Amino acid sequence: MSSNEDFLIIDNISKRFDDVVALDKVSVKIKRSELFSLLGSSGCGKSTLLRIIAGFEKPDEGRIILDGQDITDLPPYLRPLNIMFQNYALFPHLNVYKNIEFGLKEEKLEKNLIEERINEALTLLELSALQKRKINEISGGQQQRVALARCLVKKPKLLLLDEPLAALDKKLRIQTQFELVNLQFKLGITFIIVTHDQEEAMSLSDRMAVMQQGNILQIGTPVEVYETPGNEYIANFIGTANIFEVNENQDSKLYSSTLNAFINSAKAIPTNKFLLRPEKIEISKFKEGEEKTQINKCIGTVKEIAYLGSYTKYLIKTDKATFYVFQQNKFFTENLNIKWDDKVICSWNENSIFPIND
Amino acid sequence: MTKSFAPGMKIQSFPLMISEKLKSYKFWFVFTPYFWLVLFFFIPLALIFKISISIAEWGMPPYKDLFEFTENGFQINATLNNYIFVFSDFYYFKSYLNSLSLAFTSTLICLVIGFPIAFYVAKSSERVRNIMLIFLIIPFWTSFLLRVYAWKVLLQGNGLINSLLIKFGIIDNPLPLLHNHYAVILGVVYTYLPFMILPLYGYLVKFDLNLIDAAYDLGAKPIKAFFKVILPLSLPGIVAGSMLVFIPVVGEFVIPEMLGGSDRLYFGKMIWEEFFQNRDWPIASALAMSGILFLVVPILIFQKQYEKYNLK
Amino acid sequence: MIKNLNFLKIGLLSFGFMFLYFPIFTLVFYSFNDSERVMVWTSFSFRWYSELFHNEQILEAFYTSLKVAFLSASFATLIGVMVGYSLARIKYIPFRIFFIFIGTSPLVMPEIILGLSFLLFFITTNNLIGFPSSKGFLTVLISHITFSIAFVGVIIQARLSSFDKNIEEAAQDLGAMPNKVFWKITAPVILPSIVSGWLLSFTLSLDDLVVASFTNGPGANTLPIVVFSKVRLGLSPEVNALSAIVLLVVMSAALIFYFANKKSNIQK
Repeated sequence: MSSNEDFLIIDNISKRFDDVVALDKVSVKIKRSELFSLLGSSGCGKSTLLRIIAGFEKPDEGRIILDGQDITDLPPYLRPLNIMFQNYALFPHLNVYKNIEFGLKEEKLEKNLIEERINEALTLLELSALQKRKINEISGGQQQRVALARCLVKKPKLLLLDEPLAALDKKLRIQTQFELVNLQFKLGITFIIVTHDQEEAMSLSDRMAVMQQGNILQIGTPVEVYETPGNEYIANFIGTANIFEVNENQDSKLYSSTLNAFINSAKAIPTNKFLLRPEKIEISKFKEGEEKTQINKCIGTVKEIAYLGSYTKYLIKTDKATFYVFQQNKFFTENLNIKWDDKVICSWNENSIFPIND
Repeated sequence: MTKSFAPGMKIQSFPLMISEKLKSYKFWFVFTPYFWLVLFFFIPLALIFKISISIAEWGMPPYKDLFEFTENGFQINATLNNYIFVFSDFYYFKSYLNSLSLAFTSTLICLVIGFPIAFYVAKSSERVRNIMLIFLIIPFWTSFLLRVYAWKVLLQGNGLINSLLIKFGIIDNPLPLLHNHYAVILGVVYTYLPFMILPLYGYLVKFDLNLIDAAYDLGAKPIKAFFKVILPLSLPGIVAGSMLVFIPVVGEFVIPEMLGGSDRLYFGKMIWEEFFQNRDWPIASALAMSGILFLVVPILIFQKQYEKYNLK
Repeated sequence: MIKNLNFLKIGLLSFGFMFLYFPIFTLVFYSFNDSERVMVWTSFSFRWYSELFHNEQILEAFYTSLKVAFLSASFATLIGVMVGYSLARIKYIPFRIFFIFIGTSPLVMPEIILGLSFLLFFITTNNLIGFPSSKGFLTVLISHITFSIAFVGVIIQARLSSFDKNIEEAAQDLGAMPNKVFWKITAPVILPSIVSGWLLSFTLSLDDLVVASFTNGPGANTLPIVVFSKVRLGLSPEVNALSAIVLLVVMSAALIFYFANKKSNIQK
């Protein structure tokens, strides 16, 4: 889906607003035709970075290079990229057709070509029937497609999307997710999506960058970020994390006091902290007579159960620790027969342990 | 204004920058108002200041030039006497107090009458709102002079109200409804009511007034809900409307002239008299200046609240 | 409890509206009185309306007022839009606080002080450079424009503040230079506010008495000045007729406006 070529280079971008540091020497290299996400909670600087790429803010330091061209000093109207705003920012006094047409008029193309491109976009986004309508007469989802069409007719090298799914309800969100990915794949345009929703980022992106307080914490594919998070913050931010401490006992074996269990890990744990994702823990009812101390096994009590149809969430408590276990409901739930306050055995594989940095 | 010069940006030649500036609409949008308003608003005000510190003299203009070349050389004929006179003579101060009290009272009454109206119009559905707004705006568009005159017709000795009261035998002799300061208050409230209602409405309508119903739902008694929820919420709107009534009323001249009596002298009339009748421009200017001075604080409040008002 | 409140609400609103309209209706009523003494009703007639239309003084003043109001509104709207736009959109304005001061304080400054300042100004400029040679149409016009600017500025600034800034950014992003963004995107969207500003300035100018009294000269009497001289001391039947006509015009305009709005809403 994406090439190996560095298409957009964000090089040491810093931005300050009065006393607040919005971005601190941020650097990212995004590949051609990639669907890339900037993920982070509010205030992390992702929107600021997007606006700097689009040209609405000037960075204090750093350069932006798009397809070999340094665009840092270019005003927005000269940059070969387009942005789709979170609230769509459609022109209220123009109808759907004229909204889409606006950007093309600036390019001074032939009339025929303009019409062609617009019709192309209308068909692609299924807006042909709505072209004469006023903006306030169409639904939110349709407005979004108009905003998208408006950008796409310009055939931009790069498309920026600011929280594209945030305003949509759940069903529409899932549908739009697929549509966006398909569109991107079809057109081959490099996408950069800004979002605070980690599910969104994970499901859409080829690669993502996790940001916090003006810094990029980690760049990687969704798998990399989920399975091998760079630090505890990232581990907690993406999905649910169980983080445990271990210590070496006198026999040089790793032991977790909070779990009251011995740990055997395939990888070394230099910081004495490791991550164990909830779906990687198996859970079964405790039967008397089972050995209490085993490796990569522990005993706990079920404190909470949340049944979610395809899987069940358990909150397990040991003497000193609380952690989550997600179990897929492969069989009818009745077979599992785990209830509140049941004593259970939790077990996991040595490869599932991932050492965590601070 | 100076953005950081990013490395690599060419430094354009000065004349090029100027001609670029001139083509930018932003330049003209700032320059034109500056030009007009400084010339026709600020300088006139500055002139009032200048004349307020001048020495009165016969002739036209009836004050000595500020800068004069006499046998003795260059002379500045400035004085603070005008101000001293204005502040020391109780006559002037009383007129200012009269205007202040008028402004204060009428603002309060406008608020009491206007707030419920603004509130209920803002709360109504869009259709009802538009109809009510039209009815509110019609008096606003109608000449204020005519509306004040209408009260004259009503309140005169042989005016409508007296005639009706006599006709129904409620009184024998006409009441002196006109030419006293109650008539003035009535006239002011009548004229300035839209100035209170419209900004207040404009502010309240931005809120979801169903919040109030939520307050009821949570068990708050109406009066409590009013003071604890509604009032604080509407404060910027209240201040906006109040300032739009209070400040102009302090200098109000026409309404006291038409409806007021000779028993009370108001500040506006004071300035008028000093200027046109006594032809004492320095004193009139000093009065005007001190009026502005005392209004600076309310004006500043207004401008501060104005920012708040727009922020919502 | 709620019933009581509804009662109160309706009562308050009716009282309010009655209060606003009763005096005006009284004038309309008496405008049809044939007698010269306004308060003594003799018979129904249109006499005063015809007298009104033959009164040279009033007619001339009316035309003058119209001309001044039209020009004043147009120029004031032009400059007022600049003020409103600058305050809402332009980040750097030299001496910004001063700009805000001169741009908004005419709104609240007492008219008598404004009028005085204009008069002094014109006299001084006359002394210094001989212009304007005499007070009249031009001086009234300039003073009206000056105090109307603030009103338009306020309206435009308020409109722009509640305007989605992203729209202008989107236009830039799609390739339009800032000048084009203003003319093609910003201006059309705020057009209704611009029209309101113009109408407001028009009314303020038409209705202004105090400032015009200071700045007018021979041959440039405005309608309010003439009316004021007539009613200052007593009642005037022509003025009653005038009031009725004004009310009619305003009401018709309001109704037209209302139905025009409704129609465009239905079309949507």
